[in-house]
Order: sequence, then structure tokens, then C-alpha cells
Amino acid sequence: MTKDACKQIVLDIIADIAPDEDLSNLKPDVRLRDQMQLDSMDFLDIVMELRKQHGIEVPEADYIHLASLDSCADYLTPKFEALGK
Amino acid sequence: MSFQPARIVITGIGLTAPNGNSLSEFRQNLLAGVAGVEPFDVRYMGRLIAGVCHYDPLRYQTRKGLRVGTRAGSISIYCAHEALKDSGLAFDAMPKDRVGIYLGCTEHGNVETENEIYAISKFNYDTKYWSHYHNPRTVANNPAGEISLALGITGPAYTIGAACAAGNLGLIHAAQMLRLGEVDFAFCGGVSESIHTFGIFAGFKSQGALATHADPKKASRPFDKARNGIVVSEGGCIYTLERLDDALARGARIYGEIAGYCVNSDASDYVLPNPGRQAECVRKALVNARLKADEIHIVNTHATATPQGDIQECEAIRAVFGQGCPETSINNTKSYIGHCMGAAGALELAGNLPSFDDLVVHPTINVDDLDPLCAIDGLVLNQPRKVARVDAILNNSFGMLGINSTLIVKRFAA
Repeated sequence: MTKDACKQIVLDIIADIAPDEDLSNLKPDVRLRDQMQLDSMDFLDIVMELRKQHGIEVPEADYIHLASLDSCADYLTPKFEALGK
Repeated sequence: MSFQPARIVITGIGLTAPNGNSLSEFRQNLLAGVAGVEPFDVRYMGRLIAGVCHYDPLRYQTRKGLRVGTRAGSISIYCAHEALKDSGLAFDAMPKDRVGIYLGCTEHGNVETENEIYAISKFNYDTKYWSHYHNPRTVANNPAGEISLALGITGPAYTIGAACAAGNLGLIHAAQMLRLGEVDFAFCGGVSESIHTFGIFAGFKSQGALATHADPKKASRPFDKARNGIVVSEGGCIYTLERLDDALARGARIYGEIAGYCVNSDASDYVLPNPGRQAECVRKALVNARLKADEIHIVNTHATATPQGDIQECEAIRAVFGQGCPETSINNTKSYIGHCMGAAGALELAGNLPSFDDLVVHPTINVDDLDPLCAIDGLVLNQPRKVARVDAILNNSFGMLGINSTLIVKRFAA
């Protein structure tokens, strides 16, 4: 699993959660909340979809790592790899 | 000095029914005999029939709003926007804390709970997959709350649970709140997302009260000898109500005036109607409206096409209107749209209101063989009836646990 592939997984989830948003210009190093309309329930959606679609658990204490696409990739890529993906 | 309650008038209507997404389309189809029942797949039960609404949800909502919210919320938002537009109110200038939202619901939350249980069934019923949206989707005030969010309304916004009498109760409660001075402008009526819960279909089927027919459009057939139950439908109808003085001051179009109403209870059975209490409800509404039975020109029946329920309502109507009411026409709107549950009373009233202008009474359709026990004087069957005058419309809506509601709307006269 490359970090780019991981970012794409997160982007696909966000596309479902925020279907009205244009995601083509999202900056990977900027907080998602600063670039689009995402509230706390939306972040819970990301956590839920990671769990449902990929079997990945994100403990509440680690939610901070889902702030940007880059931080998502840094945090999630090892988890995907640990699952052999 | 006697207390004179403020006169309350209807100034806007927004609706979606299985056979129309605006009052004009709905009315046109009622006069043309066009039913809106169609084949519909129900989870665990397969292909059944239902009244399905085909409004455009994206007219007033984002795709995210649709994903997060409920079907009842979406229907409510559509109807509220349409009603507001129809009212012509300059909403931006309206203090939003003086606006109330009062919606009748037969039930709410079954759809969303069933969906979640189905979703976690794919994960061996592990509740960690249960959605964090479940609670905001299932709270009973959800449909009203979704309107408040959509329109930025900060006044009271809640639902009124009253089984299938709920649509009438939305209007009645709004009129009361306007008279109390709690709000200056009210969105009210009823909403239903019932077709998206298998439970309501399964429940009626177990009760022997779910309609079947080879032709879905003929399935809802109150008063017909071969009627065999209810067609479950979704829908919504929201009115804007105002005190007459406010409506006149802004030059609003007035559809009609709330003349009177009554809500009572059978206190006799969970599901079986009580004709004596129904007749009492109608009579009390007439007293409340200061009208005599022969001054009612249209009675919209609640009849749902259950074998027993239709007969019992006819008994109640016969008791009140059976003699000396030659100008009273009696019809039924469920024969076109099925039973829209919490929206039924509000939708059925709306379908009749244009009669004040066109002096035509839409008929009860699908009556091929009138049940003699339902043969009440004044029944309008299969073809619209042109009448000499329509000055007052009486709308019956009854529900389980024996709740009855009668609402009377009269032609507005200054």
C-alpha cells in the first residue's frame, strides 16, 4: 500500500460523505476542515467507513491524525499494511 | 364580553402525493381519475404495491443533506419550501423566532431503525457498525427539525404523533398556537415515509388489512364491495397558516379559513374504529365551527378500504349527514393515493380545497360495485360532480388507538 493509494481510499470515502464538494483541488497538507464543509459527524463517517470497508479501527484518541490527507496517509498506511494490503 | 379567537387562514400549500408534486398537478389528477399507486419492492417481502412520491429532492436539498437526513425530512423540506413560495411571504424579513413548525406523523423512526438493523446484519449484528446518525434520524421531531435547519427557523418545531389522524392535528395545533400568540406564521400539516419500513406492510398483512389487486391503480378502493385493505403510501402536505389580520395586511392569497375542529378518542379498541365516537367528533367540530350539517358541502372521508372500517365510518357519516343534507357531497381521496398515513389528512384536505373555486367535487374512484353498507347519500362515485356551491369542507382523519379528528375549512369571506 503506497501513501498515494491510501490517500485515494480516503478521498473515495470523502466523496461519498460530501457528494456536493469538488475534491479535485484538495491540498494534501492542509486540514480537510479548512478546505471543505466537514463537521464532527462527517469525521465519524470517515471512521465508520474505514471500519466497514477496510476493517481498520481508529481509536478516538487518534482522530487527530485524520486532519489532512497527508496525515491520514501517514497514519493509515501502516494500518493497511498490517492487514496485508 | 365573550372571547373572540383570532381567525386563522390558509395562505400557502406545498405537497407531494403519489399522483402529484404540486396542488395543481394533484388536483388535475383527482379530477381526471388518475391514481398514483405502483409496484414497489419491500425488504423481506418482495414486490408489493405502494403510493410512491416522485418529487425532485434535489430541488431544495444538497446530496449531502439527503444522505444525512431522512426521507420524511426530505419530503418535509420539499413541502415547506413549496408552501413558503406559494404563500408569497417575504421570508427574509420575517423574525424566524416567530415561526412555528407543527407536523403530524403517524410514526417516525421505524424506517431508520430497520435500515440500521439490516446494515449491521451484514456485520454479524456487531453494534459497532451502527450509525452515529441513528438518533438524530429517529427522534420524533426529526421531520420538523429538518425544516428548521433548512429554513433557519428558530421558533418551535416539533411533530405531533396521532396515528393516521395526524395530518389534521398539525393544522389544528398550528391554529391553536397562532391564536395563543405563540407564533405569527406556521408551517403545518403532515408527513409520511411509511413505505420505506417493511414493518408497516407486514403489520397490515398480519392484520389482514393490506390491499392487493392485479392492477395497482385499482388497489385502493374504499366503499367497493371487493375492497381488501390499505395501500400504504408516502407523502407530505404542508400549509402556511396565519392570523387573518396578518394575511390581509400583506395581501396574501387566502385558500380558506379554519372554521372549526374536534379531536377525540374512542377509548374502546386498539385498532377497531368506533362509529359513535366518530360521529361525536364530527358533531363537535360542527358546533365548534358554528355550522349545521347541511352547511357542509364536501365531506372527505377517512375510509381506508378495510372491510370493517369503511362501514363504520359510513355509519358515523350517516348519523350526522344522513337526513336533510341534500347539498352535501361525500368523497374519498385515498382511492387515488392510498393511505399516506401522517400526511393523509393534510393531503386529502388540500385535494378538496380547489373546490371552493371550481365548484367541482372529485369522486371516489375504483368503485365498481358499491357495498350497500357504504351506500350513503351524497357519495360521489367515479365521476367528478359539478355542484352549485362549496362553502365548507369537512375533513375526517381517524387513527389507531382510537384517535379521531375532524377539521372544517370554510370559504373565506371578509
